[in-house]
Amino acid sequence: MAEITPGQAYGFFTDTSVCIGCKACEVACKQWNQLPGNEPAFLDGFDNTGSLDDQNWRHVQFIDNVPDTPIGTGQGKAWLMMSDVCKHCQHASCMDVCPTGAIIRTEFDTVYIQPSVCNGCRDCISACPYSVIGFDEDTHVARKCTLCYDRLQGGLEPACAKACPTQSIQFGPVSELRQQAGKRVADLHAQGVTEARLYGDDDSVYGGLNAFFLLMDKPEAYNLPNAENAVLPKRNNPGGYLTGMVTAVLGVFAGLVALRRRRPPAQETPPPGGPPPGAPPQGGPTREAPGRAEGGEG
Amino acid sequence: MMPLAAAEHFVRAPDWTWYILFYFFLAGLAGGSYAIATLLRLWGDPSDEPAVRLGYYAAFPLYVLCPVLLTLDLGKPLRFWHMLVNTTPGATGVSFKVWSPMSVGSWALVVFGIFVTVSFLEMLVRDRVLRLPLADRAARVLDSAAGKVWSIVGGVAGLFIAGYTGVLLAVSNQPVWSDTWALGGLFLASGLSGSAALLALLVRYRPDAQASTGMLVLSERLFALLELVLLVFFVLTLVPAGTLGDAFGFPWILLWLVAFAGLLPGLRGLLTARLALTGEGAVTAGAGGAAGAVTGGGAVASQAALASVAVPALVLLGVLALRAAVIFSAQ
Repeated sequence: MAEITPGQAYGFFTDTSVCIGCKACEVACKQWNQLPGNEPAFLDGFDNTGSLDDQNWRHVQFIDNVPDTPIGTGQGKAWLMMSDVCKHCQHASCMDVCPTGAIIRTEFDTVYIQPSVCNGCRDCISACPYSVIGFDEDTHVARKCTLCYDRLQGGLEPACAKACPTQSIQFGPVSELRQQAGKRVADLHAQGVTEARLYGDDDSVYGGLNAFFLLMDKPEAYNLPNAENAVLPKRNNPGGYLTGMVTAVLGVFAGLVALRRRRPPAQETPPPGGPPPGAPPQGGPTREAPGRAEGGEG
Repeated sequence: MMPLAAAEHFVRAPDWTWYILFYFFLAGLAGGSYAIATLLRLWGDPSDEPAVRLGYYAAFPLYVLCPVLLTLDLGKPLRFWHMLVNTTPGATGVSFKVWSPMSVGSWALVVFGIFVTVSFLEMLVRDRVLRLPLADRAARVLDSAAGKVWSIVGGVAGLFIAGYTGVLLAVSNQPVWSDTWALGGLFLASGLSGSAALLALLVRYRPDAQASTGMLVLSERLFALLELVLLVFFVLTLVPAGTLGDAFGFPWILLWLVAFAGLLPGLRGLLTARLALTGEGAVTAGAGGAAGAVTGGGAVASQAALASVAVPALVLLGVLALRAAVIFSAQ
């Protein structure tokens, strides 16, 4: 492929219509990035990875829609496969909240967590809407797909794209990938595969995804937020702080009211073991005072 | 306010657990205690001075534990200072993001720490516990308008520390947390009510501060009302998001019941006595033997003394349970 030049935006176009679920991408990723991974587990279908996390930077999702009754031919939608990965969002939730500046946008326009800067606060994990980032118990920092930052710097394409036997994972400059994707979805529509659609190729989710997808069903079917649900964490800053400020003002006001309405200080109350209530001229007014103030203002 | 669509969530939990829970608890109490002490200092009368000192004293140890807990929670505790300094090669400098509550909060903790520490030392000097050559002169500087400004800025920082933790949770994509705008206010109101209860409890160790008990009791009632209102907003915002069941389902409902029980003494006081100090209010407010005189019985007095410990303890437990319910139910 063409030379990889810093300053240009790179990404993945993952075409799920040709994914065969071989998991070569997962293996290649683990091998290159030296990720030990978790113990395999027998999960639903052929999935034994579970989800993207600190050890799994590619995850082939198997979405099983096979009905119990026999079905006819040409039902390719019954079993969806999708090699999931960090989306390298243009408006990245993780990068927004990261307090240390560990999450940066690289010279290849990818989103990268610097392991030497991250202090393991896990704010990015609470923010990522794709459940991509995990906390690595060995290195004690947050980790995710780097879009093979080291390989890109050396002029090599990412390991997963290189290993993919069906070209379901394509790597390249985002502008070129978008053109290819547009052509591919037009071809599929022409063949009558009307359910094919692109996800993240435009700015409808998180300002555009550098790693975008061709899907064979609604985004929700792949556990992806649709355009309506794709919201940034920082949307809650104004409302949260405003409510806090109103509460602070009301709290101070409550304190002032309490200061005004309280019983006068101790030295003005009847002395210890004093006469019974109501009898002395001094005791009566003191005890009445709060009630009167209340009546006057309320 | 922002329209909240019925949001679906596709996130992983950050595993913020016990360290964060107790940090939220202590931050609410430290900030609240400082703010209440400032209120008494600026708008109270001279007899409130012992309670002012009590508030500033209490804020310090509560505060000191906060950065410790936060540091212990980090994956890399020795990199705690990365919250303030960006060590990215080629882009080193101050790390501050106004849109990231964790970043803002880290700086706020530093700022509040300066105020808490100075006020703590000032009180030690005023109480003649600390005797240093220049200390008296320094304390006298704080008698002037500068001292008032100092208290106000520190009080604002305290209110921020008590409340921003709720905003921090909301600025995420987690279910429950990110579905509401009420958490910042809710944590602040509960922090204030907990602080008022805590100071009322601490008065027994500083009898000359009893003159301010009335204010603490009354303000606790109002803070409880404020908290109740925000709790209602919290519930109302979760309904359209469809996450009400996540937040209040079993077993979290048990924590919510404790949190609500912590509101009851204040709300009951508001309903029965409104803003007057009668009944048990007068008992706790009355100095020394006044309690015995009003209620006129040894057994009743000892019961009242028990209530004066149990009630603030229940309020504080409620403050803790509220935060636990919010933190754990969403993850």
